[in-house]
Amino acid sequence: MNGSPRPTGPSTGAPLLAAHGICKRFGDFTANDEVGFEIAAGEIHALLGENGAGKSTFVKMVYGLLQPDSGQIVWRGEPVTIRSPQHARDLGIGMVFQHFSLFQALTVAENIALALPPGESLEDLSARVREMSTEYGIGVDPDARIHNLSVGEQQRVEIVRCLLQDPSLLIMDEPTSVLTPQETDQLFDVLRRFSKAGVAILFISHKLEEIRALTQRATVLRRGQNVGTVDSASRSSKQLAEMMVGSSVGEIDGQDRPADGADALLTVSGLTRAPATPFATPLRGLSFTARAGEVLGIAGIAGNGQDELMEALTGEWTGRGQNVITIAGACITREGPSRRRQNGIGFVPEERNGHAAVPGMSLSDNALLTAHSLGSMVERGVIKGAVTRQAAAEVAAAFDVRLPQENPMASALSGGNLQKFVVGREILRRPRVFIVSQPTWGVDVGAALFIRRAMLELAEAGSAVVMISQDLEEIFAISHRVAVLHDGAMSAPMVTADTTAETVGLLMGGSVPLDSGMAGKGDAA
Amino acid sequence: MINLVPRKEIPLRLTLMTTAVAVGLTLLAGAGIFGILGYDPLASLYQFFIAPVSRGYQVADLFVKACPLIIIASGLVFSYRANVWNIGAEGQMILGAMFSGYVALYWGGMPAPLLLPMMILAGMLGGLAWAMIPAILKTRFNTNEILVSLMLTYVAVLFIDWTVRGPWRDPMSFGFPLTPMYPDAGLIPKVDLPVVGRLAQLHWGVIGALVLSLVAWFVLRRTMVGFQVKVMGDAPRAGRFAGFSPALVTILVLAISGGAAGLAGMVEVSANIGQLQPNISFGYGFTAIIVAFLARLNPLGVIIAGLVVALAEMGGDSAQIAMGIPKVVTGVFKGILLFMLLAGETFNRYHVEFRLPGAAARSAAAKETGGA
Repeated sequence: MNGSPRPTGPSTGAPLLAAHGICKRFGDFTANDEVGFEIAAGEIHALLGENGAGKSTFVKMVYGLLQPDSGQIVWRGEPVTIRSPQHARDLGIGMVFQHFSLFQALTVAENIALALPPGESLEDLSARVREMSTEYGIGVDPDARIHNLSVGEQQRVEIVRCLLQDPSLLIMDEPTSVLTPQETDQLFDVLRRFSKAGVAILFISHKLEEIRALTQRATVLRRGQNVGTVDSASRSSKQLAEMMVGSSVGEIDGQDRPADGADALLTVSGLTRAPATPFATPLRGLSFTARAGEVLGIAGIAGNGQDELMEALTGEWTGRGQNVITIAGACITREGPSRRRQNGIGFVPEERNGHAAVPGMSLSDNALLTAHSLGSMVERGVIKGAVTRQAAAEVAAAFDVRLPQENPMASALSGGNLQKFVVGREILRRPRVFIVSQPTWGVDVGAALFIRRAMLELAEAGSAVVMISQDLEEIFAISHRVAVLHDGAMSAPMVTADTTAETVGLLMGGSVPLDSGMAGKGDAA
Repeated sequence: MINLVPRKEIPLRLTLMTTAVAVGLTLLAGAGIFGILGYDPLASLYQFFIAPVSRGYQVADLFVKACPLIIIASGLVFSYRANVWNIGAEGQMILGAMFSGYVALYWGGMPAPLLLPMMILAGMLGGLAWAMIPAILKTRFNTNEILVSLMLTYVAVLFIDWTVRGPWRDPMSFGFPLTPMYPDAGLIPKVDLPVVGRLAQLHWGVIGALVLSLVAWFVLRRTMVGFQVKVMGDAPRAGRFAGFSPALVTILVLAISGGAAGLAGMVEVSANIGQLQPNISFGYGFTAIIVAFLARLNPLGVIIAGLVVALAEMGGDSAQIAMGIPKVVTGVFKGILLFMLLAGETFNRYHVEFRLPGAAARSAAAKETGGA
């Protein structure tokens, strides 16, 4: 931990950036209501809030992407109107987005060059990227093409791109969600070094422990209003969470029900997949079982085969062979997604928009998306509109999906609400096996808690839950066993209660071979 | 400063409005062009859009003219909704005419009530078969369906030209490139109602076209077939996740649009021409692309859009006859219309924000003084 005394905002005189009475409305919806905020040079300041609380709207105004309806932004003591992101960058404000703005067909260096003033050769830039990448421990290859990078790797590119612009205020929108604990620590070291050099960092995150470890102060937004700015270390995670949601939140402890000896519902044995592109990760003979009543966590850094594994499990990619994948003894190796669903599996892939859901379609159509082969919604090829609408409404009611109107388009829901919908859509059908990737990525605390509870309840009711997640906090919060995916190979599952985040983190980073020191042998029998 | 902000929902009212504005601006631009060419703009627009339907029988003719456009565009809607770009409806239409023509000319001796149904089947099959070439090449070898379907149109044009000059030519045609006339049982009858009697050239194919676009609307909106098509077009990855096959959907929509184009070819010849000749279509397959987009890829909208575009076509003839305006102006109209529609689509999908530099600061200042 960083024990050196750090200046806090007010003591350094004029803040670097101050916002007074910022209001922003979208139609009838007030996203920001008289928000006030201050950050001092060199301060690491957290911005906390549920999805829809107005965090993104606020930082977009600071970054010049939106203009406030009223209120004032003061930069280095001068009132400014931040006209555009370019203007913000000229002022010295940089931002790393939650959703990436990278050109998929270009290389890392080319993408970075686009954001910098012209004049520097790509070779020089690549050298600088490498230098910075090693200096701060962010593994980024300047010559890699973006479309071959995983979500996590793309985020690292965004971070490097921003750091290269030498900002005096750096806004980071959930930067750690795809990093290992070790990488997160490294990133925090980088940020602390920047902070010491006088760079202010506005850090948006849902991970409350991180906020307490890294930031000096936290500003909490709820329903567009600032409900308080507090010294981060003076509040417990639970207290911070309660400030965010405005009511008390429960905690879950998923490790009290080991499921030894229970029936294996899903077995995967020797799952192998050649890389589809030269840069994709092959799957190297994965074997594991998921038993009735358990949550099996699959940890790993993005880009180590999670996408490939998920596609192989959903049936979007099918392999050959007998009994490579079975559910309750029935071989589904060569079946597509519909047949797998008929066999009682429910899936939620990582990407909500355009994979788990069609953004431009209504929720009832999105309910139909994964249930059309299950009987009740389609009769002789004709869709029963009333049934699909009712199914969507049931999911919304049971999973607390807040709807702006009746049966809205999926794109009209916030990230957390849409995630609750796509998870609820599957869980409400009580699948025997539930396979989910990144169930709470980019989702607010309230929704994340809700989703994790629902998965635990499903397991309790006798289903097997397989959760691919890059969030170790999440894995340790609810999984009974954890396996680690690294470079397309998987460790034998370990009982979560008997291991530590450090052990798992080392396996994730590849510094320890996957088959070392495992007690969980005999699992694939 | 102008910002385009994506809309979360596109209200129907807005779609109708942008379409109306696009049509209005097309008329305005057209009037401008007439003015520049030295014609009286108002009189020209009258000749173009009012004169062709100023008499009752002409309205019936308008429907006859719109018939192939409606049939083809109803099929193309499926293709474009699935993000599959079938540009070769013209060629598929010609093949449909040839297949049905073969049935009429060489199997004409079959029982009369069977002949038309067989010709309809053959027509659809012909268009479908021609569309299967880009479908299979795309799904097997990942070729571009735009290029393949377009180029196959030119092959089809040469193919029909060769057949009517060669093997299928009527020996009694004095050397003209024409096949013999179809037998009577192979001609689509005119609509002849008990009280009203005949409605000019209105034939049963027009009624069929209207029914077809209703069926297309139902299939697209209410069935799994339509659902798959829409999902694959909107979010192909979600489609695969749902268990739909991209290859199957590609083949399906090309089959539907090809079959519809083939049917249009059969109807056009059997209702209006009665024999095969080198030119059986006047670019209907291409014009239908504009119709499909004017209809916002909605099969019901296709009826209205088909009538509007057919009106422009008839207007071209009328303006040429009455005022000597060159017929190619029709093509200019169609081009401007398509351009306006695509531009209108931007306003459909995005909300335009005008914002003056410093506006935010001013409003903040105004608020402050107001509060003081």
